[in-house]
Amino acid sequence: MTPDKITDRISDVNISGPGGAPPAGDPVRQTVAGTARSGGTGGGARALRAKRFGKIWPNVTALLLSLLFIFPVYWMFASSLKPRGDILTRDPVFFFIPTLENYTRAIEVDLFWTYVRNSLVVTLGAVFLALLVALAAGFAIARMKFRGRRGMVLVVMMAQMAPWEVLIIVMYLNARDLEMLNSILTLTLIYFVMALPFTLWTLRGFIAAVPRELEEAAMIDGCTRTQAFFRVIFPLLAPGLMATSIFGFIMAWNEFPMVLVLNKSPEASTLPLWLASFQTQFGNDWGATMAASMLVTLPVLILFLILQRRVTGGMSAGAVKG
Amino acid sequence: MSAETPDVVAPPDRKRGGKGLGTRLLPYLLIAPALIALGVVLGGALFRNVLISLQEFGRRQLISRTTEWTGLDNYSEVLTNERFWSTLLRTFVFMAANVVLIMVIGTLCGLLLMRLGKRMRLVFSISLVLAWAMPIIPSTTVFRWIFDTQFGLMNWLMRTLGFSGYEQHNWFDSGFSTLTIASLLIVWMSVPFVALNLYAGLTTVSGEIYEAARMDGASAWRIFWSIVLPIMKPFFLITTFLEIIWVFKAFAQIYALNGGGPNRSSETLPVMAFVEGMGQQQYGVAAAISVLTLLILMVAMSFYFRLILKQEKEQS
Repeated sequence: MTPDKITDRISDVNISGPGGAPPAGDPVRQTVAGTARSGGTGGGARALRAKRFGKIWPNVTALLLSLLFIFPVYWMFASSLKPRGDILTRDPVFFFIPTLENYTRAIEVDLFWTYVRNSLVVTLGAVFLALLVALAAGFAIARMKFRGRRGMVLVVMMAQMAPWEVLIIVMYLNARDLEMLNSILTLTLIYFVMALPFTLWTLRGFIAAVPRELEEAAMIDGCTRTQAFFRVIFPLLAPGLMATSIFGFIMAWNEFPMVLVLNKSPEASTLPLWLASFQTQFGNDWGATMAASMLVTLPVLILFLILQRRVTGGMSAGAVKG
Repeated sequence: MSAETPDVVAPPDRKRGGKGLGTRLLPYLLIAPALIALGVVLGGALFRNVLISLQEFGRRQLISRTTEWTGLDNYSEVLTNERFWSTLLRTFVFMAANVVLIMVIGTLCGLLLMRLGKRMRLVFSISLVLAWAMPIIPSTTVFRWIFDTQFGLMNWLMRTLGFSGYEQHNWFDSGFSTLTIASLLIVWMSVPFVALNLYAGLTTVSGEIYEAARMDGASAWRIFWSIVLPIMKPFFLITTFLEIIWVFKAFAQIYALNGGGPNRSSETLPVMAFVEGMGQQQYGVAAAISVLTLLILMVAMSFYFRLILKQEKEQS
């Protein structure tokens, strides 16, 4: 069988398989079994050694890579717990008695709680607005036929890729002309628009996944379309709303270029902007800087871990099918 | 159940026919807020960006709030500027190097995840997810700390490995060195996305295929080229274009690392637009640069959209 045929066959199998994903452990065990069998034909000690090597090297590589990838996160965490005397040293100190004094210094910085409040207001406000607006539009796109529907889909897709980083100068000039610089409201509105396309796109998918029959049954039982939406579809959207709002939260919480140009005044700035200008805040106090980094990172880390399974699953479902 | 379907569908239809105009307007009312928000904020910004790029817009115009149309003057100024061309070249080299590294390392990590046992895979996934989840500004801050001149870990590591000249070595003293650190940062942040998604995609492919290929005597290399690559082709294409777009417009990673310095030698196009605008207060020139950047991005995006639309069509 030629390789082309093999791949043809594979794509057949892949498409016809109705989402029948094997358990994650399965293919690995089979490949390992495959290696062992082909190695076995050689016979003797060499095959045995090859087999053992074949089992060890992936684990060793993975261990080294894991350490490499996790290191910056670990270093941030470790540095944030180091006592003052152990952090500004010529040679790094690896073993130390952990202390929370860096966190106290970071939190006691002027206006720290203002930054926290600003970040929370901007982020939650943007996510809430985006959900509200996206729910309405997503419903229309997923469930209704109207002229211009395809155009709307295209607009959303393109807006999702909008390079906001390149538009910061003009956003600054716009906000300045409207006298909306250094305003939490401006930032909220912009983050709302930044989060909107993604939220809309994902919610549309979740709404389309709710069987139409459920809604229609409710309407036969006397619900209006609005009632059917709120009583039948909306409760089923809970996981979708959760996932999209976490995404929006992470995006707005981390956003930097826009707040950099729009909200220079400390009273209106957010945590990322504060952290980026740490040198004026802390001078050379790396312990407090790392503590501040931890404080900014922690909410995102927690949300991300909740979300992770959904993220990878969703993307791959789209990627493999073609 | 299937016999009843026509009845189930009928009532809403009849209703729609009866309600007329209100029902026909409803979808437009529902999409209106989204469309207006996108149109005003995003569409408005794109439009005004083009307008400003055709104006003389400096500090004076900013204060006096006057409009001075100068046609394509800003573009000719930008396009005859040596700095623009060197920044353009730098941006492309930076983007290409990063995308290649991200895709190669990401693919290798994804394939490695397939070969691991349960426990080791969990460990590796967790460290990838942690790197992936790190917000940009805390990440750049940590990298600045690791590469700090006085107390940084990297200088200690170089000294320990026996290199000389790393007593208080300033890692941010040249554009090349700064962008290398920015690449390290970007690759570190982006590899998990490729690796975990590739792995998630590969697990949906039946393992029997690999076994069959192996029994036919295919090497690991051959299996990758003849099986993994063709099956995952849409994934690889889409991800590559996504990374091209993302790296090309990367701003925070480079700017927060060293502000485009030293001497503006680590600027990429988005950073250059920012520095020309906010730093030099040459808003017209900055707008022209950002329009040119947008045009370049649009080429990559058109490929990306074509891929996505093709996939959508195949799925439906």
